[in-house]
Formats: sequence, C-alpha cells, structure tokens
Amino acid sequence: MIITQDLGKVFKIGKKEKTEIKAVEGLSLAVREGEVFGFLGPNGAGKTTTVRMLAGLIEPTSGSATINNLVLGKENSAIRRSIGILTETPGMYERLSAEKNLAIFANLYDVTDVPGQVRKYLQMLGLWERRADPVGSFSKGMRQKLAIARALLHDPKVLFLDEPTSGLDPEAAKMVREFIESLRALGRTIFMCTHNLDEADRLCDRIAIFKQKVIAVDTPAALRQQLFGRKIVVHLAVLQPEWADMLRGLPFVQAVEALENKLVISLANPEQDNPEIVRQLVEAGAAIRFIGELRHSLEQVYLEMLHQNGQGRQA
Amino acid sequence: MRHIRTIIDKEWAEVFKNRMVIFTISFMPLIFTILPLVMLSVMGEAVGDMNGSTADVPEAFLASCSGLSGGECMQIYLMNQFMLLFMMMPVIIPITIAAYSIVGEKTTRSLEPLLATPITTVELLAGKSLAAAIPAIVTTWAAFGLFLLALPLIGVSAGVRAYIAGPTWLLAILVVGPLMSIVAVNFALYVSSRVNDPRVAEQVSTVVIIPIMAVLFAQLAGLIIINVTFMIIAIVVLAAVDVGMVFLGASIFERETILTRWK
Repeated sequence: MIITQDLGKVFKIGKKEKTEIKAVEGLSLAVREGEVFGFLGPNGAGKTTTVRMLAGLIEPTSGSATINNLVLGKENSAIRRSIGILTETPGMYERLSAEKNLAIFANLYDVTDVPGQVRKYLQMLGLWERRADPVGSFSKGMRQKLAIARALLHDPKVLFLDEPTSGLDPEAAKMVREFIESLRALGRTIFMCTHNLDEADRLCDRIAIFKQKVIAVDTPAALRQQLFGRKIVVHLAVLQPEWADMLRGLPFVQAVEALENKLVISLANPEQDNPEIVRQLVEAGAAIRFIGELRHSLEQVYLEMLHQNGQGRQA
Repeated sequence: MRHIRTIIDKEWAEVFKNRMVIFTISFMPLIFTILPLVMLSVMGEAVGDMNGSTADVPEAFLASCSGLSGGECMQIYLMNQFMLLFMMMPVIIPITIAAYSIVGEKTTRSLEPLLATPITTVELLAGKSLAAAIPAIVTTWAAFGLFLLALPLIGVSAGVRAYIAGPTWLLAILVVGPLMSIVAVNFALYVSSRVNDPRVAEQVSTVVIIPIMAVLFAQLAGLIIINVTFMIIAIVVLAAVDVGMVFLGASIFERETILTRWK
C-alpha cells in the first residue's frame, strides 16, 4: 500500500542555498493494506517531511516510493486523489461554516455526492448540529474532528494523520482514537505520525521509530521483546532465597531476580513455561499470590532505541 | 472547471464575510464615479464662457473634438483624466483580495490541506485570480454604467455624452481595464506567494499602480494623447503582458518552497 525505497530529503537553506539539512535519509518501509502504522520520532525527526513527501506535496531528493501502486513523482495528482491527509494544524477556513468547509474540499476531491458525504461525516463525528456555525467558534477538539472529516470526504484508501490528538483534551483525544479504531475496522490503511507513545501502543499494528532514518520497525510487542525480552513476576506470600536458585536450574529459564517477595523471571515463551514454574514453586511450598507479565512501556522501548542508536537527547 | 469554480466560491465566501472588504470595493468606485460628475456639472455651467477656447487642449487631441464646441472639447479632454480613474478601479480593488489570498492561507495554515487536494497549480491560481478580478471588473462596469446614466441628469451635452459612450472610453472600460486587472491580480498573487506577511504583500502589490499614474501624468504633461489608437496599442501590450504573467505565475509557484520556507 505504501512502499518506500531509500527515500530521502535534503533541504538546501541559507544564502545561495549552500547549507544542506538532511531531513530524511534512506527511508525504506512497507506499510500493509489495512494496517495502522505508527511513525514515531522526536520533534524535528522528519515525520512531517516524510508525510509531505508521501502525499506528493514536496519532492524527495533521493529514493522512490509508491502509494496505492502509484509512483511518487510521476503520479502525484493521482496520489493526492487517493489519499487523505490530516495536517499538523487543522487549517480550516474560520469564517466559513463547518458544512461549507467540507463542501469546498469535497468539490476539490471531485466527490460525486457532495451534500451526502458532508452530512455523513459531520454526523459520524458528532458535528451535524453545529454544521452552520463558523469554524472560528469551534473548540480545538471540534476543529480536529472537522479536519479528520475533511481528510475522509473522498473515502481514501490511505490516510496520513500527523499528530491526530496533539493538543486535545483527554475526552477529545479518546474520541479521535476511537474514530481511528473504527477506520481500522473499515480496512483503511493509516499512517500515523505521533510522539504520543501511549496512543501508538494502543492503536498501531506496527511502529517505526524514526529520527532522520528508521531506527526500528516492528510491532510494539516485538520491539519490547527484542529489547527487554519477556519477563513474568511471581508475587509470593514469603520468598525463600533457594527458590530463585531452583528456578535458575530449569532449562527454559533465562534469568531470575529475587526482589522482596517477588521473583522476576525472564522467559522466551511464558505461555508455554508458566505452568512448570508454578508447579515447581508450589511443590517447594511457595504460596503464590499473583502472576503477571512485566510489561515495559513503549516509552521505555522508544527511549532505549534512540539511546542505543546514539539518537537520544543530550542531558 | 469544477476546481476553479470551487476556489472562486471559497474566496468570495471568505472575502464577502468581511465588511471592510465590501466597503473597500464599493466606496472607492462611488467616489471615482461622483468626482467626474461633480466636475462635469461645475464645468457645464462655465461651458458658455469657454466656447471657442481650446488653448489648453493639446493640438494632437483636437482631432477627437470634431463636431464639438471648444467648451465641449475642453470637457472631454478633462474627462479623459477621469477615465484613468475608471481604469484604476479594476487595478486597485482586486489588489487587497489577491495580495492576501496566498499569504493569508499560509498564515492560517489552510494552504497545506488545499495543496494536498488534486487541484493543479494553474487551477488554483486561475481560481484565485478570477475571484479577485471579477468583483473589481463588475464593480467598474457598474460604476461606469451609473456614470453614463447620470450624465444627462447633470446637463451634459449630447456631443460629450456621445464621446464618453464612444470607442475610446468603451475600449478603456471594457477591455483595457480588465486586462490591467489581470496584470494587477497576477502580480499581487506572485507577491503573495513570495512574502510571509499579508501587510507586506499589500504594500508591495500597490507598486502595480505606478504605470497608470505614469500615463496620467504623461497625459497631463501633453506627452501622450489618450484616443482610440492609444487604446489599441495598450490592449496589444497588455494582452501580451497578461499571457506572460499567467505563464510566469504558474511556473514560479513552487508548492514546496511555499510550504516549507515561509516561516
């Protein structure tokens, strides 16, 4: 659906354009149909530049890409017709009504049934009652919803969302996330730039950690495992020190840490190995209160990835 | 055509929600229409005294006065100065709209979503040009219509009325004015796409008035005579400039530069 090969962008700035800034370098990605793909990176990482390139708004300086099987640089107008884009700031016509704003874009996207599509998305996003009001009177959340509606008017197969919940209050952000979930259910391919890691963890099938170039691409779970492995925590009524040694003797146990009344055990496959661990502990007389998986946050994964690649922020 | 119509519709919907813009569009034409009427009315009372006196009229202009009295000749000579006011209307009125149209969208951040649609650069610029030029041209024509209707009411002679409703004025108002409007609008759009501040765009765009002022002063100094020949030359030159500016405008409108280097 979205395939990039060594895509790059160098901006030339300054007098006589002598200074070069590498915004994006060697970007190779394959975003699958119907996938919610998170594009994570710090401010200034080149996320917006990437979206602008993929949307045919700015020219890459190297590499190639296809979007919906359309070649970037050769079929930009067709690409723009087949994608929807939510820009970093909504950029609505504030003096005009919500309905008028959407009607303008529906016409520019050559939508056949303009009133029907406008009505459909205003209703879907809960803005129908405010359709005649000028957008200038809308809250930030309402504007963002309207901008999402604008990106969807022509029913694009691929949707680019640049920081979709940035600056929204928790309620509005939740509403936007739920809407993205519903779009996933409809089979839309979504390319989402964000630095809201919790949101990416909840919404994205796969993520790319990116700073000028891709540092890692995989599912959030796979990236966690890749960095930290999988660990379970066994909460006990009382911890006997010899139990840790006993577990270390099991062939599938990678490591055991004893912490107060807890055992933190590293395993390759907890679903398969947990029953044996429980059996061993119970036979040794342990009173197990609770077992859970130690889950690292995506933030830890993200920061660790950046750190390992020397991309972390200087203290 | 659908995209161009949509841009025109959008521009008008935005512009005409601003009362100050409506005031600008209507106030100046009103003044520019009333002023020559007042002048004609005042002159009309003195025409009797001026009969036979064409001393202040350049000799080359006298050919335009055949069949008219000396006073009437003086009237149409002076009215030609006011013709330039009518030609200024379609230049000045759209500058405000056109100068704001790109830089305004940059500042409100609405340009990026607009450029992300399948609209082509030519469609975008054509829509914005027409949205600025059409109200100015229509207003100018309406003002001229009112001017013509008011002429008999203030006692202007049939000879003078015939001259004003004749080829020189009609070419000026119906052809030269719109052609000048296209030059002004394209220049303002060019400036608007290059600057970062709407105020700068308006200030710089007003430069386009200078050639009309030059014509005005050249006529006052007797260096040029505004007649049908002058109008035909102006039409040919302006048509060529228009074509050049439209192509130039489309070729130098760099979406990437506008999106990434305007801050």
